[in-house]
Amino acid sequence: MSRAARAILRKDLLIELRTKESVPAMTLFTITVYVLFHFGLDRDSLDGELASGVLWVTLLLAAVIGVSRLFAAEREQGGIDGLLLAPVDRTSLFLAKAASLFLFLGAVELVAVPAFALLLLGPGLGGALPELLAILALANVGLAAVGALVAALAAETRARELIVPILLLPLLVPLLIACAQATEPLLRQDAGPEDLGRWLGLLSLYDVVFVLLSVAVFDYLLED
Amino acid sequence: MPALPLDEAGKYVAATYVVFFALILVYVAIIGAKIARIERQISELVEEEE
Amino acid sequence: MYSKGLVPLAAATVVTITAAMALVFFYAPLDADQGFVQKIFYVHVPMAIVALCGFVAGGVMAIKHLRSGDRSWDMRSYVAIHMSIILGLAVLVTGSIWAKASWGHWWLWDEPVLVSFLVVFLLYCVYYPLRFSIEDPDRQARYSSVFAITAGAFVPLNFIAVRLAETYTHPRVLSQTGGSMPGEMRLTFLVALVGMTLLFVTLWKLELTAKHASMQLKRLRNRARVAA
Repeated sequence: MSRAARAILRKDLLIELRTKESVPAMTLFTITVYVLFHFGLDRDSLDGELASGVLWVTLLLAAVIGVSRLFAAEREQGGIDGLLLAPVDRTSLFLAKAASLFLFLGAVELVAVPAFALLLLGPGLGGALPELLAILALANVGLAAVGALVAALAAETRARELIVPILLLPLLVPLLIACAQATEPLLRQDAGPEDLGRWLGLLSLYDVVFVLLSVAVFDYLLED
Repeated sequence: MPALPLDEAGKYVAATYVVFFALILVYVAIIGAKIARIERQISELVEEEE
Repeated sequence: MYSKGLVPLAAATVVTITAAMALVFFYAPLDADQGFVQKIFYVHVPMAIVALCGFVAGGVMAIKHLRSGDRSWDMRSYVAIHMSIILGLAVLVTGSIWAKASWGHWWLWDEPVLVSFLVVFLLYCVYYPLRFSIEDPDRQARYSSVFAITAGAFVPLNFIAVRLAETYTHPRVLSQTGGSMPGEMRLTFLVALVGMTLLFVTLWKLELTAKHASMQLKRLRNRARVAA
């Protein structure tokens, strides 16, 4: 990462630490959605496919909030012009924004996943922790790359808060498939990884494609 | 599932081809409306010029 | 300009599609498993293939736009995606009819191609709100192109993911209509595919011509207004 990218990342993390806007809101959102699922499904505990689906859909919806706030500081204080006038190349800007989204998502999951295990999950998480961490890490890379790209695409549109969810969620379908399928066997009563390699492979492919793609096209966004 | 008898299947096949041709006809209607608008605007422009 | 070669193209389209229809109903044999219902295949599948190729072509034209800075490529990309979305709607409707006729349900989640197509269609529907919520024409063209490239790369990735998910949840024989098509069916299918491709290109050119004509007209009117 270049110095410029590190500087932007540091600025974003400092703002988040001071204002405490995105991460607490996203975390609160995930727990609220668990409560909604408890009543919506009328189930006290979930396992297998249902558990994996609820966990991942909730995390993706929380990511939507993070993505729509990603350029909020720049937009509200007019900082985006300053950022773009400064001799910062777009790749650094992309890397910084994706890295801050990656860290935000990690921070949210630090609370949201244990909260899920506590509130809704039938079988314990204990045995499957390393596998789950690998899935989360790969998922966050993909989410960060696609999220930063979508945030930049939507940043200059009039209907921003409308564009982000309808654009981001279809793009995340392959990621959801891989994550939900990989996590499902880990959350069963007779927990154990199953086909894990195949789904981690698909996740890695997704990550590589979208990181490269985002780097390639980011130059054309947020110009002038 | 066994193959549907011809009178049953015919309805579905007909519906598919109707969808396809209706799509083309609707498109022709839309492009027709566009041409009509262009024609009207050109006439207005000619009148203004005269 | 855009209308170059439109008349022979339209004539070729009419001839090919008429020939395809004649082949479908008078030449191609009845399918052993599905019977008459299988005739849906000759319109549904070529339409789906052409729509997907149109989406990917829109992405390629968007790359050309970003490389060259020539906004006419953005217009081509926009119209290609526009036509593909229209065809895509028909693909979903005819696919649904086919599912009802051969499996008794209007929608089947274990049909990976249909499900992938729905996801791709939903994504491309976002093209309109994105494009038309950006006012500056230069920025509109650039952002639309970035969307077209991203979505074009998403198409194959999504197909891989959905196919993997469906095959491992519902194991079943994959090549039902694939490799072992009899020669007459294959010929009919190929003629239908060529016809659909020609139809797509004809409509694409027609739409481009209309769009270009109204843009030129707008310029002329603005000039007349300034002069007046």
